[in-house]
Amino acid sequence: MITQLFTATVLVGIVSSGVRLATSYLYAAIGETFGQISGVLNLGVEGIMLVAAFAAYYAVLQTNDLWLGLLIAIIVGAAMGLMMAFISVTLKAEQGISGIGLYLFGLGLSDLLFRVTIGTTKTLNGFSNIDIPGLTSLPIVGPILFHQNLLVYGAFALVPIAWLILNKTPWGLMIRAVGQNPEAADSLGINVARVRYITVTVGGVLSGIAGASLSIALLNVFQQNLTSGQGFIAVALVYFGAWNPWRVMVGCLLFSMVNALQIWVQILGIPISSDLAVMMPYVLTIVALIFAARLKVTQPAALTKPFERGE
Amino acid sequence: MAIQTSTKKIGLGRLDALLIPLLASGLALLVGAVMLQLLGANPLDAYAAMLRGALGSFNTLADTLVKATPLLFVGVGICIAYRGGIINIGGEGQIVIGSIAAVAVALTFPNLPGWVLVPASLMAGFIGGAFWGGLAGVLKISFHVNEVLSTVMLNFIAIQFMGFLLHGVLMDPTEKDNSIQIPQTQRLPPASDLWRWVPTQLHAGVLLGIVVAILVYIFLWRTTIGYRIRAVGLNPVAARYAGISVPRYQVLAILLSGAFAGLGGAVEVLGVTHRLFTDGSLTGFTGNAGFNGIVAALFGGLHPIGTIPAAFLFGALLVGANSLQRSVQVPSAFVTTLDGLVVIFVVSSQIWVRRRNLQRSTIESARTEISHPSEVESEPAK
Repeated sequence: MITQLFTATVLVGIVSSGVRLATSYLYAAIGETFGQISGVLNLGVEGIMLVAAFAAYYAVLQTNDLWLGLLIAIIVGAAMGLMMAFISVTLKAEQGISGIGLYLFGLGLSDLLFRVTIGTTKTLNGFSNIDIPGLTSLPIVGPILFHQNLLVYGAFALVPIAWLILNKTPWGLMIRAVGQNPEAADSLGINVARVRYITVTVGGVLSGIAGASLSIALLNVFQQNLTSGQGFIAVALVYFGAWNPWRVMVGCLLFSMVNALQIWVQILGIPISSDLAVMMPYVLTIVALIFAARLKVTQPAALTKPFERGE
Repeated sequence: MAIQTSTKKIGLGRLDALLIPLLASGLALLVGAVMLQLLGANPLDAYAAMLRGALGSFNTLADTLVKATPLLFVGVGICIAYRGGIINIGGEGQIVIGSIAAVAVALTFPNLPGWVLVPASLMAGFIGGAFWGGLAGVLKISFHVNEVLSTVMLNFIAIQFMGFLLHGVLMDPTEKDNSIQIPQTQRLPPASDLWRWVPTQLHAGVLLGIVVAILVYIFLWRTTIGYRIRAVGLNPVAARYAGISVPRYQVLAILLSGAFAGLGGAVEVLGVTHRLFTDGSLTGFTGNAGFNGIVAALFGGLHPIGTIPAAFLFGALLVGANSLQRSVQVPSAFVTTLDGLVVIFVVSSQIWVRRRNLQRSTIESARTEISHPSEVESEPAK
């Protein structure tokens, strides 16, 4: 039975769905990376994803306009990101707890609005797969990488962009300075609060897109708790990726590949308890976090610490 | 002299720590009212319906108490963890593992008399939860895995593990024959049932929760170990200089936190459901108690005694949510939203509690010539 897994078609299938499944994690985790590097832990990613996923879904259901749906998700993400920034930067609230608040708020609100406006699950036509001339026809690599929807391409394009911004631009330097040593950054005339507002809002926007990538591209439905913990895992993947977009991507892919494998194991009817199979990615995340901690990468020194300007 | 001033300070600090969150929750309710208005329901009617639904009759009051109980157990545990500087998000998983342990004991020894079986099952729940919480503690201390992340992962793992058991060894044997295959255990032996005030749903676990809250208060404020846990949470550096092993007390804090969540799970199983079941989702069995317990603890000022009325309040919200649906046609999900708003507002309002405390301690330290060691004790928590 296990040998079924090792046929070329199945392997391509697994890797291809792994790439696809990594999308929502990538948007959310890259967004969270910006916030964390600047010193803010946003544990409410899950809540933002849920509300944005619903908003995008609702907009597309009403207007059939996918781009409008995406735009709405971005606006919702920005608004909720701004809200989190206000709570953690201006009001200096304990970030681990306010994030839980944002999660409960989003979990409830998305479910509430769904029940009031739609009620029953309907499937919509989301972003369809786009083939890239010349590349999609390549053997193996083609179907894996170049037969995906637009948001998948966007997610992977985001990785080098994020890396460039964070490591090769003055903005990136500012963001890192604010997260490492806000006092020093402040004394150099950097507006710590403003930088954090921007990074957390950018994180919110990307979390919003992450939500939309589920409801109007990957799954094309909405239901209660659609994201089922993806936002929390994205936060964990940022730690695993040691605040480096490339390594965050590796973490996302690792997690989604194991998930894809697990799904295929069930499709093929291989007699492994599905409960244990679903458990595997979470166990793997803990193991991965142990190894990540071993690498002695230090987290941004001011992570979760609100900045208090000494007068 | 020094002791006198510091007790006065605690008294005032407590008043602020109580009033400001109450005010913040009032604001959250106001935002909730705006939402209700937007949903086309009269906010006053809606809140009144919730109140009536939760407290209107003796039976609904009993329901509220029963719903409040898991929140109280989790919340009391959360008080220990957060006072020790540990953010435990793993209540869900700890409830689940505690319930599994309790059910396993009750099903393994069905012939034991109740006075042995009930304490044994409760103890198993306590230990199960302690194990799951302690795991996150060990991951933090020995492997440097952030407890926020590990407890989130452990929640998912616990739910899947429960599913695995309920599809396998713990599945109701009669269902195996019928091949209906609902993932649930058989009904637990009646000897394991907690004493219940028939015909209401009120069970002895409610009382146990209150006793536990009082005991935890005594533990945290009147014993050396409790004092050390709080010292570690307030200022780990100072605690280390004082010779306290910070990692050890952090593990202890999250272990105990998990233990009480696990005990709460055991109480829920022995007092209410009398079996273990799952719908495969995180919230299916626990009803989100692992998260709502955090909310209750925060609302109660991270104080075990304060958590009692707070848990009652949120239990009332949960029961009231049902009548919200019935009488003003607002889905019960509104209550989850409201919970979230309360957390956000309360945790955001802490900045004013801190400011008031800062003001006061500046005045106090100006008054007292030398800072006294008991200042550490009276230092207000975040």
